[in-house]
Amino acid sequence: MAAVNDVVIKIATVNGTGSASANGLLRKAIFRMGVPVVGKNYFPSNIQGLPTWYEIRVTGADYRCRSDRVDVMVAMNAQTYAKDLADVEPGGCLIYDSTWPRSTLLNREDITIIGIPLSKMCNEHFEGARARILMKNIAYVGVIAALLDVDLDLIKSLLEETFATKQHLIASNMEAIHLGFDYASKSFPCPLPAHVEKMDATKGHIVIDGNTAAGLGCLYAGATVGAWYPITPSTSLMDAFRTFCARYRVDPETGKRTYCIIQAEDELAAIGMVLGASWNGARSFTPTSGPGISLMSELIGFAYYAEIPAVLYNVQRTGPSTGMPTRTQQCDLLSCAYASHGDTKHVLLFPADPAECFYMSPQAFDLAERLQTPVMVLTDLDIGMNDWMVPELEWDESYIPDRGKVYGAEDLEKMENFYRYLDVDGDGIPYRTLPGVHPKGAYFTRGSGHTKLGAYTENSADYKEVVDRLLVKWETARTMVPEAEIRYSKFNKAAILTLGSCDGACKEALDRLKAHNVGLNYCRVKAFPFTEAVREFIDQHEVVYVVEQNRDAQLRMLLVNDIDADQKKLVPLLHYDGMPINAGFVVDGVLEEIAKGRAA
Amino acid sequence: MTYIAKPRISHPSLPKNELGLTTRDYEGAVSTLCAGCGHDSVTAALIQAVFELDIEPHMLAKMSGIGCSSKTPAYFVSQAHGFNSVHGRMPSVTTGANAANRDMTYIGVSGDGDSLSIGVGQFVHAIRRNLNMCYLIENNGVYGLTKGQFSASADIGSKPKKGLPNQQEPIDPASAALALGATYIARSFSGDKEQLVPLIKGAIMHSGFSLVDVISPCVTFNDHEGSTKSYAHTREFYHHVANIDYVHPSEEIKASYAEGESMPIHLRGGDTIVLRKIDREYDPTSRADAFKYLRDRFNAGEITTGLLYTNENREEMHELMHNTDTPLSQLPYEGLHPGSDELKKLQSRYR
Repeated sequence: MAAVNDVVIKIATVNGTGSASANGLLRKAIFRMGVPVVGKNYFPSNIQGLPTWYEIRVTGADYRCRSDRVDVMVAMNAQTYAKDLADVEPGGCLIYDSTWPRSTLLNREDITIIGIPLSKMCNEHFEGARARILMKNIAYVGVIAALLDVDLDLIKSLLEETFATKQHLIASNMEAIHLGFDYASKSFPCPLPAHVEKMDATKGHIVIDGNTAAGLGCLYAGATVGAWYPITPSTSLMDAFRTFCARYRVDPETGKRTYCIIQAEDELAAIGMVLGASWNGARSFTPTSGPGISLMSELIGFAYYAEIPAVLYNVQRTGPSTGMPTRTQQCDLLSCAYASHGDTKHVLLFPADPAECFYMSPQAFDLAERLQTPVMVLTDLDIGMNDWMVPELEWDESYIPDRGKVYGAEDLEKMENFYRYLDVDGDGIPYRTLPGVHPKGAYFTRGSGHTKLGAYTENSADYKEVVDRLLVKWETARTMVPEAEIRYSKFNKAAILTLGSCDGACKEALDRLKAHNVGLNYCRVKAFPFTEAVREFIDQHEVVYVVEQNRDAQLRMLLVNDIDADQKKLVPLLHYDGMPINAGFVVDGVLEEIAKGRAA
Repeated sequence: MTYIAKPRISHPSLPKNELGLTTRDYEGAVSTLCAGCGHDSVTAALIQAVFELDIEPHMLAKMSGIGCSSKTPAYFVSQAHGFNSVHGRMPSVTTGANAANRDMTYIGVSGDGDSLSIGVGQFVHAIRRNLNMCYLIENNGVYGLTKGQFSASADIGSKPKKGLPNQQEPIDPASAALALGATYIARSFSGDKEQLVPLIKGAIMHSGFSLVDVISPCVTFNDHEGSTKSYAHTREFYHHVANIDYVHPSEEIKASYAEGESMPIHLRGGDTIVLRKIDREYDPTSRADAFKYLRDRFNAGEITTGLLYTNENREEMHELMHNTDTPLSQLPYEGLHPGSDELKKLQSRYR
């Protein structure tokens, strides 16, 4: 049931009609009232004309995941009207454009249906087809502002910020806001019982998407070469990096850039460029999604074996194959963990929200250069493209990039000979050199069998020595990756183990399960390989619900594979319909298992 | 791939370049290619070229993909970094390497399989970006390492050792590069070092993408009668059209050049080459003429060699992107991030 500051608004429109800015305006106004919000965009793989939805969860309790209900539906799309009507929670309300009559067949007695002649009003007040369509979007924001008591002054100040250089647009947008606001206020009892009230819960926070935060993270990590091939839902990551670079990496006097973004001909080339640049000493990265990883696999294996740093972002989307490009999943865990032929395994990082996308970016570069191997940051469409409230990002001025074990000209000058793949320190990580630094540093980088001295080999013992040393490096990686988030009270026999964007749904589920007298411990892994603490966590429980967003329980498989976890204990709870996971799914799943006799 | 180290003995009378190095200092490991392989002659020409250009060995990057040709970077300049990547992906790796450090010299060695089949996409796009590199195709019309299948450069009617002659249209890397807008295109023959060395020198000093397509016969799988990429066939049908001399910066252009026969070409990087026309009618600065000429001679069964096309007016990748002069890999971290205060400020738009 909706309540004050616990309301879910869903806006159904047609894509390409400019509704995104209206929806953003509403979401921001509520955020500025000090009330936490979650913004989710459900959009088609299309540019214009298909149904799209934006969902604003007003959550005074500060939950971070999608809700499982709709309290206020703004049904602006005739194509989806019937479904949108059906989706409204009993007791909720639906707003529609009453300029045109609604079929009497489409009615519900258990909700309030509010007709507002949005098109008619906008046609009377504005000139030009485009303006009328855009203003209709702004007008429904006015309607919701009236119904939910959203502060009009805040809306006005947001418009003033947006249109600082186009003053006339502030007035016309406010006019549209008032068209909706005044009509609703006059015709219906406003505000609704479940409305928005000012709080003080968003101070020190921002609302940002993961791709923007990751792009910003790459800027702060000191990345200079970005190579990519456009693919939904990762594209906006490079767009963000480009925007930040244009602002902070261009010499104001000469116009010269301290970054190089290359739009590759395909993902095979994108990863090739990253390897070339990293080999040559630049911090380099590529954002992609599942199909891109498939294409990059050969060179990812090369980087693993030739020991070249590389940072990849996989903003996962629904597979297999082309799948549903604008829907979310965590379906590339296995394909990333073991990308490429032969014995390979790769370090993965699992940010849970945009803030972690930012902080894990310098970490990813540090790990890639320290370990001389590809590091993949696995986010997903939900994190990458949706609007998340997170604490304001902070930068530690004392940060110094970890460039790893690199011999410079002075080191080389003193050495008799340099050999590329010697395990000098016993941690499985050899020393490397950069081209163009010193003649003694020269070596031959190859994906063919090589000895620890870097020479070509077909000798069994020499070959094995190198691939076995890579296993030593893997164990070193285990000690270097970010530690899991663990919430542990030893009285619980059962626990939830999850990763990435499942975090918000699982934490909300833990709260809700308490009401059912079910107490569970919690572990969110942040990286692969799994740390020792993850192994201990699993050991200490009788049942571990492994919550993830794919069909085949890929996280569970990785746990079994990497740390030999007892698979009988690991109960999969799998959400894979392409929509972001919500708390209700986790609660229902756990309760069902308990009903079957599973320990709680 | 080789694992035999070459003894490093050099005769005191060997000539030295400006760095005080001899050609021996530009050698690599002993080749493991078949005796008589054209590629070894190309390697020798490469060694001669970089020696004569006084390139510091460690400022050279030797890039390759997979195939017989791609093994050869191990056989020259052992004090240069080598990157033997995967099949057909040398251009992208070189693009990234060059993006990171524009101060180095990049030589990519590829083959007709590596560049015209599996890697044709990357070959095309390196040209499109006008990547500053010297791209050598050791072109023999066959796949050597997998024992003699035709490659995409095999001519119609060319006979394999066993089986039926090729019937598919060949891809000519020079004509393709011309169509794609490459800014330096040359063709030569592994058996003609006199022509090849200056062409490679010009290619290295050219700022932008330079292609050197070298007919380099495969003695094992494509050197028989009926093959159009054999030593005998190449020698018979091979024509010089416009050769060049590289002019060392310390030299003056002394000779006088008769109009229409020879002319100096000033490379963007500041170096000069002198073009010696064999065919007076040929104009290697006209893309349209070059294309027509190449096709006409090809249709007449001739193998046209020399500097086929050059365009010194186009900017290379870094210039096109307005990149800073300092190699990106050498920029100090402090200048790359805007700091904590700015981070605070820039977030106002997310509130």
